[in-house]
Amino acid sequence: METVKAKVREFLRGYIADHEFADDEDIFASGYANSLFVMQLIYMVEREFQITVGDEDLEFDNFRSIDAVARLVTAKSAVPAGT
Amino acid sequence: MRAGVHSLTDVQNKILQSHRRFAEDEIAPHANAWDREGRVPREVVAAMGAAGHLGALIPAEYGGTELDMTEFGLLNEAIGFGCSSVRSVLTVHSMVSQAVTRWGNPEQRRAWLPGLATGEQVGAFALSEAEAGSDVAQITTVAENDGDGYLLSGTKRWITYGQGADVFLVFARHNGRHSAFVAGRDTPGLTVVPIDGMLGTRASMLAEVRFDNCRVPRSALLGRPGFGLAPIAAAALDVGRYSVAWGSVGLAQSCLELSLGHARERRAFGGPVFDHQLVQRLITDMATGVSAARLLCLQAGELVQGGAPTAVAAVWMAKYFASTSAFRAASDTVQIHGAYGCDPDGSPQRLFRDAKVMEIIEGSTQIQQTMIARLVPYEEKRP
Repeated sequence: METVKAKVREFLRGYIADHEFADDEDIFASGYANSLFVMQLIYMVEREFQITVGDEDLEFDNFRSIDAVARLVTAKSAVPAGT
Repeated sequence: MRAGVHSLTDVQNKILQSHRRFAEDEIAPHANAWDREGRVPREVVAAMGAAGHLGALIPAEYGGTELDMTEFGLLNEAIGFGCSSVRSVLTVHSMVSQAVTRWGNPEQRRAWLPGLATGEQVGAFALSEAEAGSDVAQITTVAENDGDGYLLSGTKRWITYGQGADVFLVFARHNGRHSAFVAGRDTPGLTVVPIDGMLGTRASMLAEVRFDNCRVPRSALLGRPGFGLAPIAAAALDVGRYSVAWGSVGLAQSCLELSLGHARERRAFGGPVFDHQLVQRLITDMATGVSAARLLCLQAGELVQGGAPTAVAAVWMAKYFASTSAFRAASDTVQIHGAYGCDPDGSPQRLFRDAKVMEIIEGSTQIQQTMIARLVPYEEKRP
């Protein structure tokens, strides 16, 4: 979980240089997130953690904060391959 | 080896030449006529489908050819070499295919992808409106809940291949956010009004698509509510930009080959026009631009294939460079051809008009300049 959070933090720092997000801070409410940001975040999560974000994962609560992304990745990583 | 293709590996060059043969046989000889007529015959789209080109981004289990992104790029270069209007059809169809493949549920994938893969069903991307182009969040088309479905109301404009498409991927405001819907052409309340005589890609059969209390079932909602612009439209537009970038390489390659041929054949002041150094400079800039654009496209393709977040910036850069380079190449092609370049029956003037469109569609040059500048800091911070 901490590894995932660190990666998401690193991504956010690279994308939004002038703001340090708290783990539970609402990224969408901050006004920083646009469509390109969300797309890149999904690409990053898929590539770094070898998961596929699908239709069923498209819930704002899954991407709302560093904590939320970490929960999504952890949950999807726990699913056995092939299911 | 053709002029300017030395940036490809032998394998990539063979793939490109294979797709070029299709473009040279089925498309290029007719491009000027289609431009004048303002339409691409459905038989040509069917031939694209039969060749597997329309299933390029669709998994094999649904009948697609499932090309990797580099080969998809090379296909777009070849079709763009032949005719930018046909390449535009390939672009929007591939955007719809990608969206359904990526964000559709199993039922939606089974319902739409087999037809899209063969070209029996051709897709169009219905996002732009009269007051919402680059600023897509300003769309005013709305979707309202209606029992077990939705009512779509609004008007989409400049929808590529809207005149011929069978399936529309429609974006609408829904409960304060934006959602994406798949609507068949025959849905009651959906009307297509042709838009003819645009500056370029005149055969791409643009249309205004009107939704007047157009009722679609709940199964038409693609992805979850509220995710229409991000990631569904954003990811599809990324595919579109990648396709247009490669298509611009093909357009510029066509300019280069036309210009070389004319400059070697046309004689002035006792020798071929090619012998004049000022013409050589134009040819040199054109050849260099084509090679550089192709290299940027190849780099973008590798990053997209690998799912790298940096792929987004790479695609923007490739499209920015390839489209502006193609316009310069087309302008110089008209110049090298002189009066022949302005002839309504010739290719240079069509290429010139088509190239200008490449600088506008899927993100204008100015939007790209702004976006690339914003993405640069992220690139610099990477270890």
